[in-house]
Amino acid sequence: MRSKGILFWLGCAIFLAAMFAITLAVKNEYPFFAGYVILQFIVLATAWTVLGGNAGYVNFGTSAFFGVGVYTAVFLFKAFGAPLVAQVAIAALIGALLGLAVGALTLRMQGIFFSIATIALTIIIETFVVNWRFVGGASGIQLQRPPVLPPFDSYVKMLFFVQAVMVVLAVAVARYIQNSWIGRGLKALKDDELAAECSGVPTLKLKLLACAISGALMCAAGAPSAMYLQYAQPTTAFDLNYSVSALAMSLIGGTSHWIGPVLGAILLGVTQQWLTVTISSEVNVLILGVMLVVFVVAAPQGIIGLLRRLGGRS
Amino acid sequence: MTDAPASAPLLNVVNLTKRFGGFTALDNVSVDIPAGQRFGLIGPNGSGKTTLINCVSGALRQEAGQILFEGRDISSLPSFQRTRSGIARSFQIPRPFKSMTVVENLLVALDFAVIGHGQGDAARRDGVMNILDRMGLAAKADVNAASLSQVELRKMELARAMAARPKLLISDEAMAGLSNSEVDEVLDLLLKLSGDGITIIMIEHIMHAVMRFSERVMCLDAGKIVAIGKPQDVMNNSRVQEAYLGVSA
Repeated sequence: MRSKGILFWLGCAIFLAAMFAITLAVKNEYPFFAGYVILQFIVLATAWTVLGGNAGYVNFGTSAFFGVGVYTAVFLFKAFGAPLVAQVAIAALIGALLGLAVGALTLRMQGIFFSIATIALTIIIETFVVNWRFVGGASGIQLQRPPVLPPFDSYVKMLFFVQAVMVVLAVAVARYIQNSWIGRGLKALKDDELAAECSGVPTLKLKLLACAISGALMCAAGAPSAMYLQYAQPTTAFDLNYSVSALAMSLIGGTSHWIGPVLGAILLGVTQQWLTVTISSEVNVLILGVMLVVFVVAAPQGIIGLLRRLGGRS
Repeated sequence: MTDAPASAPLLNVVNLTKRFGGFTALDNVSVDIPAGQRFGLIGPNGSGKTTLINCVSGALRQEAGQILFEGRDISSLPSFQRTRSGIARSFQIPRPFKSMTVVENLLVALDFAVIGHGQGDAARRDGVMNILDRMGLAAKADVNAASLSQVELRKMELARAMAARPKLLISDEAMAGLSNSEVDEVLDLLLKLSGDGITIIMIEHIMHAVMRFSERVMCLDAGKIVAIGKPQDVMNNSRVQEAYLGVSA
């Protein structure tokens, strides 16, 4: 267990060092533009799995949290000229609070009712932002990037690295949850909520905690998006695609281990980026759907399940 | 009907009423259960037995009345806190954690119900293996709970409840659907646990098991207490016989 922990953090350090080195070495901006999106989906899928994978609550509200992250950044930037780090940190805080609030309202519902409530959440918040003039309303808002901070030579590269740091944070949190009492409690309540409660598991508290952590990570992942696009608009910020993608990546990767959503996001994210360049961005959604169907039928435990089967059910 | 408790009550149910819409499942039920007693709870289907223990364990909230455990009012506590304070139960239809092994099932109860048990991984496993040993489930320790047989599931339910180190164990029809020899097995287990000083409420339809097990029996019918007292007296009570067999001519 101990040596596994060291290995994990070593891996994280190497990953970050490599990401940093690439930003210095590679001159062309496009790989970072595409890579940013993949990293962002790793964070979203990992965040989704915290609640959806561990507790089995299927959340369609990823786009709501993502959009709130985007608009938190927009608001902070326009009102106070807040720096990127502050945008992300405050977005995470607001995401946690929103997660708590949404959880308190909806987690007493089980199964399909919870999922429906989370879809409604996206629509409610999007409607609110559409009518909020200060952040641009329905027509959106243009944002002028501040000067890039050294040692980076372009803003997109900096955002790429920031998102890479968030990947490490998200994965570390997901891994901690999986291995801790939080994960064991969530797993128990996923199997049987009443039996868990009667075995001493504080089910409501654990679900709220998972909801808050998941929400914080989703909002944080959305925050840099405003500066990435230099533009924010409700229909793109609250695009239901984020909800579907996060869910699909998590399920395709497999939810029984923290690495699952990472693998799922890389597989789907890379495929999507590649298709966007070679065919068209519209094909994305089709591919997403087809892959989800294939995996649900052929590998219901996702890539993780496939690997375990190949590895001789160890 | 004399019904003087032998020692200080562990559980007091005071004027408990539970309604489901217009249907009154429990109607002003009061009962004291002294520490260490083996208490049998009988009654026809739909008489309110499971509703009563659902209220005691916190799965349902009563409309009126109070539940005191060790003298403390627990009426408004959530289930998990009641479990932590010493009330554990099994379910009529077994509810295992299906994605886990038998040992992991028990560890959930140990880790969450026994706060600050402060043991390392090896000691935790030893602790629950001990329980599995006594329940005759040691051989199945690392088997997935989903693959257990019916009698094994019943035993695991009791084992999981025991892992929470309860003072009061509620067994909800742990013997339903079991063969005669299996009934005796489970009955022996419950008697052993009682020997350790655990207070046990047993809900059961199998009369010979109730008679052999209980020091005191309560019969419910339509949410009301029909009779309470020594097992033989309750069985011979004409109202109990009516409740089970219908009104005699």
